[in-house]
Amino acid sequence: MFYRENGQLKTSYQADQQIFPIAQDRWAIIGLVLFAIVAVPLLANEYTFSAILIPFLILSLAALGVNILVGYCGQISMGSGAFMAVGAYAAYNTLVRIDGMPLLLALLSGGFFATVVGMFFGIPSLRVKGLYLAVATLAAQFLSDWAFLRVPWFTNNSTSGSVMVSELQMFSWRIDTAVEKYLFCLGFLIVFAVLAKNLVRSAIGREWMAVRDMDVAAAVIGIRITYAKLSAFAVSSFIIGVAGALWGFVHLGAWEPAAFGLDRSFQLLFIVIIGGMGSIMGSFFGAAFIVILPIVLSQTLPALGNLVGFEVSTAAISHAEFMIFGALIVWFLIVEPHGLAKLWSTGKQKLRLWPFPH
Amino acid sequence: MGFFLEALFAGLMSGVLYSLVALGFVLIFKTSGVFNFAQGAMVLFAALAMARFAEWLPQWLGFESALLANIVAFLIAGAIMCVVAWLVELLVLRHLVNQSDATLLMATLGVAYFLDGLGQSGFGSGIYTIDVGMPKDPIFVLESVFPGGILLNKEDLIATVIATALVGLLTLFFMKTTTGRALRAVADDHQAAQSIGIPLNRIWVIVWCVAGGVALVAGVIWGSKLGVQFSLSTVALRALPVIILGGLTSIPGAIVGGLIIGVGEKLSELYLGPLIGGGIEIWFAYVLALVFLLFRPQGLFGEKIIDRV
Repeated sequence: MFYRENGQLKTSYQADQQIFPIAQDRWAIIGLVLFAIVAVPLLANEYTFSAILIPFLILSLAALGVNILVGYCGQISMGSGAFMAVGAYAAYNTLVRIDGMPLLLALLSGGFFATVVGMFFGIPSLRVKGLYLAVATLAAQFLSDWAFLRVPWFTNNSTSGSVMVSELQMFSWRIDTAVEKYLFCLGFLIVFAVLAKNLVRSAIGREWMAVRDMDVAAAVIGIRITYAKLSAFAVSSFIIGVAGALWGFVHLGAWEPAAFGLDRSFQLLFIVIIGGMGSIMGSFFGAAFIVILPIVLSQTLPALGNLVGFEVSTAAISHAEFMIFGALIVWFLIVEPHGLAKLWSTGKQKLRLWPFPH
Repeated sequence: MGFFLEALFAGLMSGVLYSLVALGFVLIFKTSGVFNFAQGAMVLFAALAMARFAEWLPQWLGFESALLANIVAFLIAGAIMCVVAWLVELLVLRHLVNQSDATLLMATLGVAYFLDGLGQSGFGSGIYTIDVGMPKDPIFVLESVFPGGILLNKEDLIATVIATALVGLLTLFFMKTTTGRALRAVADDHQAAQSIGIPLNRIWVIVWCVAGGVALVAGVIWGSKLGVQFSLSTVALRALPVIILGGLTSIPGAIVGGLIIGVGEKLSELYLGPLIGGGIEIWFAYVLALVFLLFRPQGLFGEKIIDRV
């Protein structure tokens, strides 16, 4: 009734090509962003910020990157955790080794080095694809696990093997409270989300999608496969690298290579599958889902157990989490291969007609 | 020289064990086109079932014989793997026919997570032992040729024999039996096989059962070597480069690839390890496979990949 585009006539190309052509969508998004910037810092408490909101923002950012590679360009990557690690450690090293390095530049340099590494590991994608490539990207994961654990230079010769960033300062702004950290991550997320959204609807985004749908056919109509694949690897690993740097700097503060292990790669892949492959919106849905589900489970399972007179241990919860994740992945792939984002757009489609049947 | 040969043999023997896990991958990929990421989880699940039942059965039924307990536990674990295979076909694969490779891969990733969780909540998440009476003491061979001879692990030797026997059995099964022929037909062309009356669903269940059986054998061997614990499921990750190297569709490839990776790992750890820091085993195999892929994308024995629009 209230959600329809009747009467919103486009009179210029610019109006026709905007990100949200329907005014209601536009206002909803603007409202949501304003809500996130203004209202959330007033409403949420310390725990919500550090346990839910900040991980959600950073994982969304990383998932954006993974989605560009996996969802838009169709190159399955199981090495996302490695690119996050490269981002985090590169940012750390630039910050520590260069005097007077601004925080912002250090984080972006994390992205830059992740891009370099990502493109290097993207080279096999020119020769192999599909399953072979998926296994090949695992090489990146194991190599990074090893390098950051065993090569002392990367951790600035720290004896414990873990590195720490003590103070975050951008220009004269000291980021130390949870609210500030949240806003800092939110800023990154908004900028990168707009960039990513625009990239995927531009010429290069269409090339990625053509390569994903059928690379031989794409080559026949004149798309440069090499360029498309490597640029997808580059953009994706830049975003993942920045997300990795944020994860280390802002969320963890001190971290070890295990923070970016194979599990992280799988987690990001799951976010993309559950959220929706080839959808910017989906990255947010997926990240929210993955961050909130374990918290909900750890709250509800013991309560459920008590109800039937059964003590639920933490180990049992983590096993149940494994099972539920596994089952959900399969369920999503069977029932809704396009993930939560598809459910969302189906819902919107229905809303346009509601309350009339046609 | 003796030292080198010792490492070489150790590599070959661990290579056989990798082949065993890799075989499970190849079997499923060949017949159903599914890259089964759950193979590692299946190894863990089977080993857990075996270890726990061997421990529980004497308590429940009140007998002493460890041999009997092991045999019964092995059979029960085998039966459980068949049930798992049947359920996977019924609940997952049947609904994903004709989906892309990537979708199937991710579905098996989901199955892997599910099995990991189920196995640990059903059988416990501690460290268990499988004691099938494998001799642990090392033996020395070729003492007349080299001073001191070559140190061989008896356990590894037996494992190698078992693995070789299993591979031989599987080859016979594939080449000589009716079911084996049906399996190969399905591997060649799903539609053609179906059109001459081969029931696809049943074939898939059989293949997953066979893969489950291979997982069980691998689980028992690895489990008695390393103990049954969660890290057993990462054995599959170490077997992945093997099939990349050997080719996804080739059984001889899995074996040769396993040997190459096993030897490569041991020798690299021995000669390259001290130069750049230890623990390079795990990524060395991957990098080896990766470099190899650049020159031969379909692996050593894989079928040539042909793209059509």
